[in-house]
Amino acid sequence: MAGKIRVVVAKPGLDGHDRGAKIIARALRDAGMEVIYTGLHQTPEQIVETAIQEDADAVGISILSGAHMTLVPRILELLRENGVEDVVVVVGGTIPDDDADELRKLGVAGVFGPGAPTTDIVDFIRGAVPA
Amino acid sequence: MATTDREEQTGGGVEEWRRRYEVTPERKGELFSTISGVENEPLYSPENVELDYERDLGWPGAYPFTRGVYPSMYRGRLWTMRQFAGFGTAEETNARFRYLLDHGQTGLSTAFDMPTLMGYDSDHARSLGEVGREGVAIDSLGDMETLFDGIPLGEVSTSMTINGPAAMLLAFYACVGEEQGVALDRLRGTVQTDILKEYIAQKEWIFPPQPSMRLVVDMVEWCSERLPLMHPVSISGYHIREAGSNAAQELAFTLSNGFALVEACLERGLDVDAFAPRLSFFFNAHLDFFEEIAKYRAARRIWARQMREKYGAQDPRSWLMRFHTQTAGVSLTAQQPEVNLIRTAIEALAAVLGGTQSLHTNSFDEALALPTEHAVRLALRTQQVIAHETGVVNTIDPLGGSYYLEQLTTELESQAYDYFERIEELGGVIPAIEQNFQQREIAEASFRYQSEVERGERVVVGVNRYQQEDEQPIELLRIDPALEQKQVERVQAVRASRDSAAAAAALARLKEDAAHEDRNLMEPIMDASRAYVTMGEMCDALREVWGTWRETPVF
Repeated sequence: MAGKIRVVVAKPGLDGHDRGAKIIARALRDAGMEVIYTGLHQTPEQIVETAIQEDADAVGISILSGAHMTLVPRILELLRENGVEDVVVVVGGTIPDDDADELRKLGVAGVFGPGAPTTDIVDFIRGAVPA
Repeated sequence: MATTDREEQTGGGVEEWRRRYEVTPERKGELFSTISGVENEPLYSPENVELDYERDLGWPGAYPFTRGVYPSMYRGRLWTMRQFAGFGTAEETNARFRYLLDHGQTGLSTAFDMPTLMGYDSDHARSLGEVGREGVAIDSLGDMETLFDGIPLGEVSTSMTINGPAAMLLAFYACVGEEQGVALDRLRGTVQTDILKEYIAQKEWIFPPQPSMRLVVDMVEWCSERLPLMHPVSISGYHIREAGSNAAQELAFTLSNGFALVEACLERGLDVDAFAPRLSFFFNAHLDFFEEIAKYRAARRIWARQMREKYGAQDPRSWLMRFHTQTAGVSLTAQQPEVNLIRTAIEALAAVLGGTQSLHTNSFDEALALPTEHAVRLALRTQQVIAHETGVVNTIDPLGGSYYLEQLTTELESQAYDYFERIEELGGVIPAIEQNFQQREIAEASFRYQSEVERGERVVVGVNRYQQEDEQPIELLRIDPALEQKQVERVQAVRASRDSAAAAAALARLKEDAAHEDRNLMEPIMDASRAYVTMGEMCDALREVWGTWRETPVF
């Protein structure tokens, strides 16, 4: 592979639960990826702007507030509007199965629930980002 | 069984025991340390434990309160069973409150939604998709009136988990009391108001630390004069633990936040014995059974000693730490969720053996969604079984004197004092927060635990061992998305129907007073509440004067 995989780890909305996002950010970094953690309380616009500025290969969205069906589709829409087609979007958090199916239909590459091992997420992103 | 050497059975002391112990190899793979990483000896005896009974343990209800804050503990009165609830609009949550009261719950506890926690009204752009999702949406006095409709405030005690806008929500509650004809000095309950742990762990803040602390002290001062039965602050370790800390960090950061609050009140010129008896605490109950019990006992002992020795409190009520406990949300698994009933029962038992004053037991479905009524009822029943069927309430601090527990209590106490020193070296709690000290320590502990789980050194049943394929999905509570629109219309109707001149005047006065540090903001907030100024409008006014807070994230 040419360079390191660049991943934006993002916390959208008002949700302050950042334990998972920080663990994932660190696991991705330890796995050799370039990780940009947005910090908390980001709007979809801010997240997409960061993804573009950082030339991200993947965006990992962590959300535990129940607002995923509002915020994630908005992020996908903004990525499309900005002509970003090739970024891999993964979502982690408390996402009920039905919602996870719906998010996949909308273009999310992977949805990871509570208890997912960080190694699975690392492997998934490595597999999904084109070499 | 083969014949055993007679001498081996009858003597030889600790050396002999150790020799025999080492004959059997220890199990490999899993760690023998506590969940927090405290090393455990295979056995504790008088050889490991140095205790002066009167100095270190004493008697229940007496300094240093290691064995409990009341002389009679649960033989006099059981803990308050207080299930945290809130979702949708005030109407849905009012119905859940009544359901819980009908099923034998003895206190109310309110969960607010994310926009309320962050000081945004439901029709704010940032509230989109978040209204009523994780708690109830309360925008104005109008919503608070609905929330407690048919619930006499003179007869219940109410806890409110609110921090940034705590002053506004307390004012709404006090106004509902006034409307019901209940004198303010009869209102009972607890407002969380612990802003320091927001910067450290829960991350639902509005203003920077200094003006936030001023507002907290305003509440403490006002409550000591007007609402003497209200606990204006619940110094909280729960969220610190949920953010991934270990038990020692939960203990140390919670207590250091408590001392920082005491110091802020003393700086205001308040008499320590005028406010300290109304401070309360809130801890997590995690799975490492003895470590949790030790944590509560150490917390009581440290608080008592510091309040008496360092802060000069004379009133014994200022020395005693009363606390609420909630079982660990972070320990719940989405896999085989019914197993969470067992985890929660064990955690709740630790809280009771640790002498908690009130308890929330999580519902088994909470790793997946807010709980259904069925799940909440089982959670409440768990407490009732502990209280009425297990017999653990019959004797005070029944594990006191256990060599292991006493040693662990002393160990956690000593780790807490080490942290106090490190925080002091950084200039105190707020400077340490600004340097990301506590946040970094928590992130380290959290990552270490996760790594232990992933290496299989810690077993989580159903997650990294004993997994089950083809799990049947359980029924989950769904929040109707239409509730958001309903709440948006409610807050807009409140703004349209109020006396707009009165609302504007009250808001202007609040802003004016906020700019003067020597003015207590509680009466202006009460006046604004009565004029149906919304919570978001009040927070916006204060944002203009004080600014907002942003953290530099670390991981």
